[in-house]
Amino acid sequence: MKTAMAVLRKDITLELRTFETVPAMALFSLTTFVIFHFGLNRASVKGQLAAGVLTVTLLFAAMLGAGRLFVAEREQGGFDAFLLAPVDRNSLLVAKAAAMFIFLAVLELVAVPAFALLLLGPALWPRLLGLIAVLALADVGLAVIGTLVSAIAIHTRARDLISPIIGLPLLIPALIATARAAGPLLQAHTSGSPPGKWVAILALYDCVFGLVAYAVFDFLLEE
Amino acid sequence: MTTYSKGLRALTLATIGSITLALALVFFYAPLDADQGFVQKIFYLHVPLAIISLCGFVLGGLLAIGHLRTGDRVWDMRSYVAIHMALIFGIGGIISGSIWAKASWGHWWVWNEPTLVSFLIVLLLFATYQPLRFSIEDPERQARYASVFAITAGAFVPLNFIAVRLAQQFVHPRILTLGGGNLPGSMRLTFFVSLIGLALLYATLWKYEMTAKNARMQTRRLRRRLMGEDAVRPLGRSAAPS
Repeated sequence: MKTAMAVLRKDITLELRTFETVPAMALFSLTTFVIFHFGLNRASVKGQLAAGVLTVTLLFAAMLGAGRLFVAEREQGGFDAFLLAPVDRNSLLVAKAAAMFIFLAVLELVAVPAFALLLLGPALWPRLLGLIAVLALADVGLAVIGTLVSAIAIHTRARDLISPIIGLPLLIPALIATARAAGPLLQAHTSGSPPGKWVAILALYDCVFGLVAYAVFDFLLEE
Repeated sequence: MTTYSKGLRALTLATIGSITLALALVFFYAPLDADQGFVQKIFYLHVPLAIISLCGFVLGGLLAIGHLRTGDRVWDMRSYVAIHMALIFGIGGIISGSIWAKASWGHWWVWNEPTLVSFLIVLLLFATYQPLRFSIEDPERQARYASVFAITAGAFVPLNFIAVRLAQQFVHPRILTLGGGNLPGSMRLTFFVSLIGLALLYATLWKYEMTAKNARMQTRRLRRRLMGEDAVRPLGRSAAPS
């Protein structure tokens, strides 16, 4: 746990000093909203369509961020240093997934209000809590899969290609659940709480892949 | 040193026998479907192909666990061949399903059809297995990463089916419910015989590929010992373990 905290602190410090990943993700999602505005030819969206737009935008922004996750480790020998240290290897997974989760949360602090401002028809306030719950669960899935896929892809020849083509199909169940849970929330009239079935699926997805990632991550680090 | 050719002949004969029996049952024993007529016969090909391909994907994940636990590359080869064969069966399954859908629902592709959609997603995921292997140079690492992928993707198969099935209404006939579905007895018998036949075909093809890979590996080893390290060139860019 101490190791994980140390690596996480390093990642956060690095991000705060360079401002490399999160601003790029945020800019990317703003641009995507503009593209959706013109692509759908609508001034505002609501309901399932709005949920789809938001989910897809966050997904691609997350894939963008996941691609950067291990770049510093690879370029500056962080992997070797980590392997030399007598620490539990899974703490790297925990640290990276936590960093990714924090990046996604910060991204959503920018992207969701921007979405409400630019595209969303109904007001954001009555549905904010439900949306936060759904997005938090989705972020766990995105962070776990993003970390795992990024760790697989970082040592491949075409790593910019490999991580999205593996990541997207793996994330489909989580995205179906996210979009379906957010859909009723973004209707004009909503009860403010997401449908329980989809929240349960999302939680199940997070648990299963959290455990799978924890079980297999070790093997990605051996030299 | 293991050989895979043992029992191959018996397995091949059993496969030929059961597939012949299945074809005979399909064409001469199973009744014509009241609504769909002759086209419904593709069901005896399509459903077993899809089921075996899904089982093959999960099997690939289980074999990959063997690789990561033991560190023996043979397990990786088994997992590779299982996934490779399952992909071929899966493509056959989705094409035959599409033909059936066109004939019975009038469309090549139906979105409100959870089984079809989740199957497509699984195929899309496993289609990245070989590109992933291709892009890793070091054979040790290639085997390890492929196993990690196979395990993750194997766990993905059931979860994906739950999510997609919940997302859509039922259109597809539910054949394999616990009660045996609503198939009449003669159709069910034919279905299970073709399922067994195609499962045997999968096992035979798996064994053939393993035998071929194993034979090639041993030949190369012998040549290397006989003619020196330089005489045997490394295999070109190949994603397959050898």
